Amino acid sequence: MLTDEQIERYSRHIMLKEVGGKGQQRLFDGRVLIIGAGGLGAPIALYLAAAGIGTLGIADADDVDLSNLQRQVIHFTPDVGKPKVESAREKMEAINPAVRVRTYKEWVNAANITDIIRDYDFVIDGTDNFAAKFLINDACVLAGIPYSHGGILQFDGQTMTVKPGESACYRCIFPEPPPKDAIPTCSQAGVIGVLPGVLGTIQATEAIKFLLGKGELLTNRLLTYNALRMKFREIPLKRNPACPVCGEHPTITEVKDELDALTVCDLKS
Amino acid sequence: MNITINGKETTLAENPARTVESLLEELDVAQRQYVTVELSGEILERDAFGNTPVQDGDALEFLYFMGGGR
Ligand SMILES: [Zn+2]
Repeated sequence: MLTDEQIERYSRHIMLKEVGGKGQQRLFDGRVLIIGAGGLGAPIALYLAAAGIGTLGIADADDVDLSNLQRQVIHFTPDVGKPKVESAREKMEAINPAVRVRTYKEWVNAANITDIIRDYDFVIDGTDNFAAKFLINDACVLAGIPYSHGGILQFDGQTMTVKPGESACYRCIFPEPPPKDAIPTCSQAGVIGVLPGVLGTIQATEAIKFLLGKGELLTNRLLTYNALRMKFREIPLKRNPACPVCGEHPTITEVKDELDALTVCDLKS
Repeated sequence: MNITINGKETTLAENPARTVESLLEELDVAQRQYVTVELSGEILERDAFGNTPVQDGDALEFLYFMGGGR
């Protein structure tokens, strides 16, 4: 049951017929894990806390760096040097004290990811390297937990939502990670600061829609965005029978670290 | 001949020998060794790039790796 304070706080949600008091309660019962407390994770964590998602997990082993502040809007100048998950938790709790924030000050890897994600209804990838992106895909597909993929670089971004067993997964499109350092990262190639705001907000929207059970998720579609040309495009996708994790004859049956894909991006991301 | 690349109509010189692989080279496509190619809605196996002809009216999508996020 929502309290009077909550009814007022969420009044602009509750008046939407797609949300209502029932939907707001669903959000409060929802559990979303955000992996990465950086560019994408910042708007995701802020908006999901504001929206009243009852349980939010946030995972990141890094500390706030001065070079993060150009885009990671959840971290403020006095936070430099502080663990990102602590800095993020403070802002999320300040926006909405009713939200339970669980922090994981660690990098996800094959040894810990399955245990972390199992407590969540929806996972959001806000990481900055292919090792993590493929790991999150595999772990979510194998555990049957829907998730939102997001990637950004310079002025470009892409995102898709994966419903394991129902829609195309990341490996359906990209079967293997590129070799280490073959593709530049944000820390090497730069990123316009507003870009993760656009992509992260779309990812947060998917989590909310999933919890509400309303609308159409960004499944079987890759949404691409170019900020310079100010263009969104949607590329239709379907499941790939040859997908190594969700195809007809999967070769990946347990999570593994993509050691070849580990990048140096986390040094100064 | 006319093909559509990432939603954009493109006119290319006639070349019956053109394959997906040679097209990537001809257009100097970014991330050429890693780009995923979707031809008329189907994702092409990388092994098939060299023997898949590009024909008038084809619609291709190049899907690029984007690894950033933090
Ligand atoms: Zn797949």
